[in-house]
Amino acid sequence: MYEILEKQVLSNTVKLMKIEAPFVAKKALAGQFIILRIDEKGERIPLTIADYDRKEGTITVIFMEVGKTTKQLGKMKVGDKLLNFAGPLGVASEIEKYGTVVCIGGGVGIAPLYPIVRELKKAGNYVISILGARNEKLLMLEKEIEEFSDELHICTDDGSKGTKGFVSNVLQNIIDGGKKINIVWSIGPVIMMKVVADVTRKYDIKTMVSLNPIMVDGTGMCGGCRVTVGGEIKFACVDGPEFDGHKVDFDNLMLRNRRFLREEEKACKMLEGVE
Amino acid sequence: MAVKKEKHKMPEQDPKKRIKNFDEVPFGYSAETAIEEAKRCIQCKNRPCTKGCPVEVDIPDFIKELAAGNIDKAVEVLKSKTSLPAVCGRVCPYENQCEGECTLLKIGEPVAIGRLERFLADYEREKGMKIPKKAKASGKKVVVVGAGPAGLTCAGDLAKMGHEVVVYEALHAPGGVLMYGIPEFRLPKAIVHAEVDYIKKLGVEINYDVVVGKTITVQELLEDFDAVFIGTGAGLPRWLNIPGESLDGVYSANEFLTRINMMKAYDFPHHCTPCNVGGIAATFGAGNVAMDCARTSLRMGAKKSYIIYRRTEKEMPARIEEIHHAKEEGVIFKLLTNPVEFIGDENGKIKAVKCIKMELGEPDDSGRRRPIPIKDSEFTIEIDTALVAIGQSPNPLVPQSFKDLETERWGNLKVDEDGQTTVPGVFAGGDIATGAATVILAMGAGKKAARAIDNYIKNK
Repeated sequence: MYEILEKQVLSNTVKLMKIEAPFVAKKALAGQFIILRIDEKGERIPLTIADYDRKEGTITVIFMEVGKTTKQLGKMKVGDKLLNFAGPLGVASEIEKYGTVVCIGGGVGIAPLYPIVRELKKAGNYVISILGARNEKLLMLEKEIEEFSDELHICTDDGSKGTKGFVSNVLQNIIDGGKKINIVWSIGPVIMMKVVADVTRKYDIKTMVSLNPIMVDGTGMCGGCRVTVGGEIKFACVDGPEFDGHKVDFDNLMLRNRRFLREEEKACKMLEGVE
Repeated sequence: MAVKKEKHKMPEQDPKKRIKNFDEVPFGYSAETAIEEAKRCIQCKNRPCTKGCPVEVDIPDFIKELAAGNIDKAVEVLKSKTSLPAVCGRVCPYENQCEGECTLLKIGEPVAIGRLERFLADYEREKGMKIPKKAKASGKKVVVVGAGPAGLTCAGDLAKMGHEVVVYEALHAPGGVLMYGIPEFRLPKAIVHAEVDYIKKLGVEINYDVVVGKTITVQELLEDFDAVFIGTGAGLPRWLNIPGESLDGVYSANEFLTRINMMKAYDFPHHCTPCNVGGIAATFGAGNVAMDCARTSLRMGAKKSYIIYRRTEKEMPARIEEIHHAKEEGVIFKLLTNPVEFIGDENGKIKAVKCIKMELGEPDDSGRRRPIPIKDSEFTIEIDTALVAIGQSPNPLVPQSFKDLETERWGNLKVDEDGQTTVPGVFAGGDIATGAATVILAMGAGKKAARAIDNYIKNK
């Protein structure tokens, strides 16, 4: 069993939880994910690691309540325990000294971006972070990311904080300003990652994206998380979750992420009905 | 008295009823029938059946006890060689192994060894399992990676030899393919749990959520244990590599079966994992896993369930019994047919499969006649779900994380006859070493490796 040691409500639908999982914490690296299951009847869901503390033996996850399991998880309290928590899974981000790195986080995608920003900074990069969300309330980890960024740009769709507009506009401005960018990390909604990849493709700037498809086992066994990358079938759980954004078939990913929408709705209704 | 030429029949659920439930199909022998069947064994001198058993069960000996009505003694003889008899008695391809060698084949049907094994295992489980005496504690520690058939067998045998055994399992449940792959109606999960409990009672400790290669590496395990056994099985499903394979509604057999068997999607939304089949399901492939998919589709509510296979029934790799059960349940076999494209609707959901007719040509490397497409014979079949059951490659997590472990052509670990890998102290067996095969071969490999590990740590 894995105890919830800390819980923060970041917005109506976004929660942060620190989970006691010493074996996972010991090995966790930026870019990896975990699979959890709440209880005996629960489904296995993947969440990207937002932070880890090897000494404390904890993993931090930040999630948006979108389906039955995340809603149920969001209602859990400090001291409650998760039945299963496996990881760290997936291939870690390739952290090295690239030069100038732009790290883009959109909405809840800001969470997994944080350890990547931190490690890239520690590796000696000049880190430009761009954080975007629909509105000010959905922004998160600004201070934490600022600490490890040489430049921080904020934008919101409605202009409630920072520049009004999308992360891709901010990125375009930076490129137009003549800054030489060596690599980009872009994590957020699929459509955001697609648009960012479209921008950087024109300038041939390598762009890593972190994909979060529907998974079951998370160990390469089921192939439910398959994505098309460069025309080939890849498994996000063992080959990813990070891929070269210029090669990812984002349209297919969006389609596959809609696979169980009807069932999800039914399950959510049941969850609400039970209470 | 002349020997009865046919096996005693095992009663089964009516096909019409059983496609509406997930309960086990055969009911098993009664004690009377089992004893009568055991009496068919002529106790021939050369014991050919034992040569056909990968886990070396002393078949004529347990049958002799059973025929004499000594059921408890028969159980003891059986379990001295296998820790998973209720599993083997259900999913072993006996017709190619023990029963395939039986002397009675000369005059008729072989002794129903599989059914007798099943009877004895069920009899003991219902009565309460006895824990055998173990060898004196050796003070040595072995770690087993993966709680599937290979790992569990290896762990059970090592525990009996007196070693301390710890199992690390990546998933949240034991059994590996017995749990996620083989359906409830063929192997009830309560039976898997009972046999796993028996192995735990032998002193084996099982830890879940430990993904070896990620949570902990084999190199680290070598520091804490005297030897390591790797039984991580076949991961990575293979694909047809045709257009449309990423459409909504196309599943690998593994995903489909895992959702339903391990995650219990048949009980959605009470169990949270969904899986929808729709009205028409098509399974591609003709092995045991394919039969499981086609039969599971019916139980998940499909009105029609196809098996689409590019060769003929003669070349199907599935067990005859599985093909027979699938036919009884109304699975439609489209043979000499190969898919060329999955077709989706405007929402990216599968609606049809385009196929081409095939004919058989000259034999290929496997000795089976090679299927060749017939020109201009394309046609489409409307379907709601496509299940790709054409095999899988070994799980990559362990080999990827430890480069000293050499692999072979398909990514399987290179091992010698005893399961020794290219790293001293590290042994492997089952699908991770051989590529996708059967439960019993994995168990046989686990058994051999246990003996080799015992030798290795004694001489270390």
